[in-house]
Amino acid sequence: MSIRVRDDTQSANLSRRGFLRASVAAGGGLLIAFSLPSRLVDARETIEAESFSPDGFIRIDPYGRVTVIVPQVEMGQGTFTSCPMLIAEELEVALSEIQTEQAPPDGALYSNSLIGSQVTGGSTSIRAFYEPLRKAGATAREMLIAAAATTWSVEPSSCRAESGNVIHEPSGRKLGYGALAEKAAMVPVPEEVALKEPSAFKLIGTPAKRLDTPDKVNGKTIYGIDAKVPGMKIATLAICPVFGGKLKGVDASKALQIKNVLQVVQTADTVAVVATNMGAAKKGLAALEIEWDAGPNAKLTTSDIVADMAKASEADGVLVRHEGDVPKALEDASQTLEAIYEVPFLAHTTMEPLNCTVHVREEGCDIWVGTQVIGRAQAVAAELTGLPPEKVVVHNHMLGGGFGRRLEVDFIAKAVEIAKQVDGPVKLIWSREEDIQHDLYRPSFYDRLHAGLDSDGMPVAWSHRICGSSVIARWASPAFKDGYDFDTVDGALEMPYAIPNVRLQYVRHEPPGIPTGFWRSVGPSHNIFVVESFIDECAAAANKDPLEYRRALLAKAPRALAVLELAAEKAGWGEKLPERSGRGIAVQNVFASFMAQVAEVEVSKSGEANVKRVTCAVDCGVVINPNTIEAQVQSAIVYGLSAALFDEITLKDGRVEQSNFHDYRALHMNEMPSIDIHIVKSDEAPGGMGEPGTSALVPAVFNAVYAATGVRLRRPPLKADHLKV
Amino acid sequence: MRVLLTAFGAGLMVLAAGIGLSLANPETGGNALKPVSAFSEITDESERSAAIFTEAGKVIQHPRCLNCHPAGNRPTQGEDRHPHIPLVLRGAGGFGEVGMQCPTCHQRANVDLAGVPGHPLWHLAPIEMAWQGKSLGEICVQIKDPERNGGMSLEDLIHHMSEDSLVGWGWNPGKGRSPAPGTQEQFGALIKAWVETGAACPDL
Amino acid sequence: MGEAMTFKIKVNDVEHEVDVDSDIPLLWVLRDVLGMTGTKFGCGRALCGACTVHVNGMPMRSCVMPVGDLGESSVTTIEAIGDTPIGEELQKAWLDLEVVQCGYCQSGQIMSAAALLASTPEPTDHDIDTAMAGNICRCGTYVRIREAIKQVAQTSQGD
Repeated sequence: MSIRVRDDTQSANLSRRGFLRASVAAGGGLLIAFSLPSRLVDARETIEAESFSPDGFIRIDPYGRVTVIVPQVEMGQGTFTSCPMLIAEELEVALSEIQTEQAPPDGALYSNSLIGSQVTGGSTSIRAFYEPLRKAGATAREMLIAAAATTWSVEPSSCRAESGNVIHEPSGRKLGYGALAEKAAMVPVPEEVALKEPSAFKLIGTPAKRLDTPDKVNGKTIYGIDAKVPGMKIATLAICPVFGGKLKGVDASKALQIKNVLQVVQTADTVAVVATNMGAAKKGLAALEIEWDAGPNAKLTTSDIVADMAKASEADGVLVRHEGDVPKALEDASQTLEAIYEVPFLAHTTMEPLNCTVHVREEGCDIWVGTQVIGRAQAVAAELTGLPPEKVVVHNHMLGGGFGRRLEVDFIAKAVEIAKQVDGPVKLIWSREEDIQHDLYRPSFYDRLHAGLDSDGMPVAWSHRICGSSVIARWASPAFKDGYDFDTVDGALEMPYAIPNVRLQYVRHEPPGIPTGFWRSVGPSHNIFVVESFIDECAAAANKDPLEYRRALLAKAPRALAVLELAAEKAGWGEKLPERSGRGIAVQNVFASFMAQVAEVEVSKSGEANVKRVTCAVDCGVVINPNTIEAQVQSAIVYGLSAALFDEITLKDGRVEQSNFHDYRALHMNEMPSIDIHIVKSDEAPGGMGEPGTSALVPAVFNAVYAATGVRLRRPPLKADHLKV
Repeated sequence: MRVLLTAFGAGLMVLAAGIGLSLANPETGGNALKPVSAFSEITDESERSAAIFTEAGKVIQHPRCLNCHPAGNRPTQGEDRHPHIPLVLRGAGGFGEVGMQCPTCHQRANVDLAGVPGHPLWHLAPIEMAWQGKSLGEICVQIKDPERNGGMSLEDLIHHMSEDSLVGWGWNPGKGRSPAPGTQEQFGALIKAWVETGAACPDL
Repeated sequence: MGEAMTFKIKVNDVEHEVDVDSDIPLLWVLRDVLGMTGTKFGCGRALCGACTVHVNGMPMRSCVMPVGDLGESSVTTIEAIGDTPIGEELQKAWLDLEVVQCGYCQSGQIMSAAALLASTPEPTDHDIDTAMAGNICRCGTYVRIREAIKQVAQTSQGD
């Protein structure tokens, strides 16, 4: 089984509408394809049928080899297995027989319907492609059956598909997909195909082996940073350390004397050293004498930013949700609670540092990169080179982590700007320091919460005012409407609890100069922490068990209630724990998946929190690959733990203070809790799984710390100073 | 500079400590050592001896030295002496546990481009030489005790403090790390004078 | 430091001559000069373990190791670790247990695990924690890495 990340040229003819097509291969070969990648389409006689989009996912060659063109990128989340599984299920081929190929930039064919463009992010891959990919598989299957039926002059209904063959049941005749491919390509594309009932699934729901991993254990997989282009040079960069600052001047004389250093390149806010290897480039960079013009943010500190947000959050924001009469309910309440919650800026730190290889020529531009947004990559290069987009060829690669960082094209733009000044191809690699200090950060937020409890201690009024940056306003500006966007309030808007009077407001406040971006679990990374911490405060104020309290509020949210109860049961909720140990719980409904987590935390007398165990129950609807779901939950929990325990990006004099993994930590093996994951069987539509584990983890840990110590902390990360005895 | 890493085969390589990654204050103030002559006015020899040791203590209790003399099994690092990140443990002979031995990260010399300190024999002081959490007086008594100083006589101690190149690393800790006060020569002179004045210790 | 000369280095039993300064880290010689990209860059400061190779069998962060210090030492990288019984079993266990997510750190993880098992065939959880503490995985594959190491330990025991 091998995986090939598509690395060929894309034809200029990309604007063609997405059609379900069957085609005959050039040179008399046999082939059936649904909307072939356009490069191939041009070379083939095509039979275009009714519009059916998105498609373009399957190619079967004369030998019966099935290639799935995967519309979403692989950054660890398993799309290169789950997407083929959806096709294989309906096409009736073994998953192990499938080869995968990364889709080229073609928004018409490969657009993610939940995002509206060719983007991988937001835990949408399965949600967006669950139906289209199964339909593509089923359509191909029906056409192969029709081709076989014609060959044998029998009724299609007397034939069935199995393991890459069509079988005529009464006669026992059998033809492989390869042998049928050419004929199948001539079969009219059926307008309607029946999809399997979930009860008939043979592959979906089983722990299928991943297709992308064999070459990831022997060093063969080529990530963007591994791209090899003949004549390629290697560069590394320094960007003005102050956001919004510029490059004033640079003395490159010493750097240019270093062996294997070739060139020093400048752009408005960046200087790059070009060499034959990264070691020499780094050495050259260290030898530069650089003068920066720090610009307007030269004095910026984290405390200024927080103070500005605190002030901005005093005024009413855009009313996002309002039910009942919150002011009156607060007035009538037996007890009221107020709290301020904050979250810090966070960096992504994908294991593969940012990089991009570019070859700019007069007539065209090639880009070798790992990106979540292949179309945007093409567009930004076209804009910067002045070339038409079709002259920009993007070779996408496996991604060494994304987490939202590779939804941005800043590092592609930087590479193009530098490559324009370099003769031949150049690979730009960011140091980890630049990667951390010039990220687009998970925004910092400053939220005001206000709750009113009735005489039983149950919440009758809930007011939540969010204040902070809108990533959507920059990244997808049309989706920023009426002063707010769906992402910034996600998790707060549809909290599952039944509270009669609810008010949610959003105050957009952009920090000066600091770029913000999507980060794993996106809006909920902030909102679930706030909501699940504050509801815990309400329970404490009511002297009620946090589990019972939530349970009482979830009577009308059965899926949320079910995961809550399952996680609590499996975690041994209520069982006695040693002193300064506690359990915390959190429940959520985000990314169309329901999840609850219970964290068990022990806090030492010196205030160090040790997360010993995390129990998670998840209902993500139909399960495609339980192995991947478990992996994604483990992954998201670890990502959340780093944020809960260690991480924040802070600024001093306009500069990010953190620089590498010693001061922007990632959880290590020796800091791992045990993790138990329980998947609820469900026939609901599939939900997202990449993100949810992160947002649920942080409040579960903070609530556990409260249970262990009685100290309510309202701003991650945990600080030992606040918890020591 | 071409060096054979013979130590790999011989298993002499040792556990790293004090990967001083803190980039703050590479040159801290008050970084001088008083010469021995500065103590000549103290007439009582024992008092003078203790005063000299107290001066030498500025080196002994400097982060460059303390970081590798932890009381537990995990070295500290940085000016603030936080636990070494990532986790490394003493291991057999102070050379680190399997898989995370000193030279896995620490090279034969400082690697300034990476900010990683190095020495051919980078390793953790034995547990009996633990200094962290102790007063200077306690360290003084400990340093004289052959049971807790690696079996050294006072004469051996003078040579060790004056000449040992791993001790000397404290004054050559690489970019971004504050060096121990004074010079190794001055430190050695203080230790010698302390021994010669009776090796008296400051109050516990 | 940094004097320029031509070095002979032995990587996966093959001798190469490289023309770089002596202080250039081995990582970049492997990746950019020899084109062996299985060994990964993650931090440049021996903080993440992605660049781990073996030098005379000992795990080494190649991002901080000056190539000039190699001398006659023998370097083994992820490209050749599968030729050793332990490396082969680890790669198999990694796939059996579906350890890998993005996969970027896994070269380093496998190299560290191989070094651990070479000297500690039956590692305890403590042994695994300490030997693997220097290898960061941002995908958080630690649970399965631990299981995979244990699987290999058990398999080998049964041999």
